[in-house]
Amino acid sequence: MSVATAGRLESTAAAWSLPWLAQRLQRSLLHIAVIGLTLVWIIPTLGLLISSFRPSTQILTTGWWTAVSPPLQFTLQNYQDMLSQSNMGTAIFNSFMVSIPSTVIPVTIAAFAAYAFAWMKFPFRDWIFLAFVGLLAVPLQLTFVPVLSFFVAHGIVPDNLTSLGLPPWIGLWLAHAGYGLPFSTYLLANFFRQLPSDLFESAEIDGAGTLTVFFRIVLPLSVPALASLIIFQFLWVWNDLLVALIYVGGSVEVAPLTVNLANLTNSLGQGYQLLTAAAFFSMVIPLAVFLSLQRYFVRGILAGSVKG
Amino acid sequence: MASVTYDHVVKRYTADVTVVKDFNVEIKDKEFMVLVGPSGCGKSTALRMLAGLEAITEGQIRIGDRVVNNVAAKDRDIAMVFQSYALYPHMSVYDNMAFPLQMAHMPKTEIDKRVKNASRILGLDNFLKRKPRALSGGQRQRVALGRAIVRSPKVFLLDEPLSNLDAKLRGQTRIELQKLHRDLETTFIYVTHDQVEAMTMGDRIAIMNAGILQQVGTPGDIYDHPANLFVAGFIGSPTMNFVPVTTSDSTAKASGFDVKLPKSVPAGKATLGFRPETLTDRIGDQHNAIDMSVDVVERLGSDQFLYGQVGSDSVTARVDPKMKVEPGDKVRLGLDTRSLHLFDAETELAQF
Repeated sequence: MSVATAGRLESTAAAWSLPWLAQRLQRSLLHIAVIGLTLVWIIPTLGLLISSFRPSTQILTTGWWTAVSPPLQFTLQNYQDMLSQSNMGTAIFNSFMVSIPSTVIPVTIAAFAAYAFAWMKFPFRDWIFLAFVGLLAVPLQLTFVPVLSFFVAHGIVPDNLTSLGLPPWIGLWLAHAGYGLPFSTYLLANFFRQLPSDLFESAEIDGAGTLTVFFRIVLPLSVPALASLIIFQFLWVWNDLLVALIYVGGSVEVAPLTVNLANLTNSLGQGYQLLTAAAFFSMVIPLAVFLSLQRYFVRGILAGSVKG
Repeated sequence: MASVTYDHVVKRYTADVTVVKDFNVEIKDKEFMVLVGPSGCGKSTALRMLAGLEAITEGQIRIGDRVVNNVAAKDRDIAMVFQSYALYPHMSVYDNMAFPLQMAHMPKTEIDKRVKNASRILGLDNFLKRKPRALSGGQRQRVALGRAIVRSPKVFLLDEPLSNLDAKLRGQTRIELQKLHRDLETTFIYVTHDQVEAMTMGDRIAIMNAGILQQVGTPGDIYDHPANLFVAGFIGSPTMNFVPVTTSDSTAKASGFDVKLPKSVPAGKATLGFRPETLTDRIGDQHNAIDMSVDVVERLGSDQFLYGQVGSDSVTARVDPKMKVEPGDKVRLGLDTRSLHLFDAETELAQF
């Protein structure tokens, strides 16, 4: 709407007239703001990237921006060291073992729940939904003590789980699932509600049961919403340090990448060059996830606000 | 194939919101029944109760001899075409039509046979692999029909299926639907707000207003003998002329003319109704001369409509297209006294 209006104004206002200038100025300010914000975000990342390819002696003596002028001295040594030392391999594996189930579990549960909230009739539905969404406002930190003592009381701790032959991250999966559910359910329920009711009625007459409607109609039509939700949840879990530290602790066998990164700074205070490489490496995975799903994401982020 | 009976059917949402009131209709086997009325009159609700999409508050709906009040939609042996077509956007045309058959766990070969047959009837052979978004409005509408046909249901329900089509396509599809009805020999129940669709397609028409069934009959019957003022005004275009009159014995006196009625009626106030085509430029033995001052002239080529005043009443006349009339003219027209309608001023019921 506003874009269309702006375009129309531009075409009618004569060049160099006052409205034309005002509009030009407005546009330029907008562009400057956008470019400025982008730079603020990009520059540190760029610095990190360049530093990660510099020899450690240089990192410690000169700023990263000096590296872009000759003589160019880049090396892959940091990446080699990072991958061979400091258990990075295990940490990356752990991160996947944490992130994938912690994404799949809540998104799956949320999809079922959201369908029920959106299209099934049961008593107190709207009140339950409201209470559910209200959980969004509960601070994460508030839950640590009660949930952890519950896990400890029921043996859902890494050591015990490992001795039972189970993955040590089950508690963490459940915790992430719990934290992710309110938002996931809310987003999906809003999306599902916007699917035209005629489709459901038509499917009902065609003889499709609730589950068939869910799997054959609702899910295929909700790919954008599901994709954006998967991105959100995956990024949040991948980048999470606190929750992982609380529920599985910092031991090398179970700790994900973020915990390992935090340890790098502590234990290798001089190993700054390793940290740059590791940090950049940890960014690559979420970037890959985002880029592979982003064409759905752009459509899906409108879910619930504008008719998709 | 089956008859459908609405037996004292009521639909109530809350204690004081009743959208269908005491609805009684019997739709015969293989009949094309049109439910028509202005929007919000309860016609769609009546259809949706039959489809099983809305609960029936009171009364019974029977398909054949079976009471279907508590039968699930899928077990009623009906198929419905929605106004929005309700095609599954992520499935191909073929899969859309196959979906109800897959749900019925029909063998693949039988599904294929039926879908191919329906697509041949509807001319969709070249589009079977396409997604609905790659189809035009008319093609989508045919896919929706196809999805209904493949099931060979006992009753077809159509909820304003033509209202999303442009005028030309609508006329064409009207004819195709009638042909389809003849070929399939199945009961059709068709909901529309368009009286032209009702008149042209229905074997019989049921007219509803404000949740109440007004009249059921053949199109000709309803056109010639409307049961009340609402039906008389709803059916026919341009609408019937209504003129307030004072009656005494067999004469009706309007503001601009007197007319002799075919039979005597009690003295008092009433509404005289006559269709535009009964007020013409022919003045014969059976005609009553009326002077009209013309406000607007509408020339349609085959017809010419005059809108103007007779006394203090607005009326419409349909005259010979060759008659030379200009706005502002005073013309003498003849009212055919053989097709007059008189409606009670209080009850609005037709006296003849």
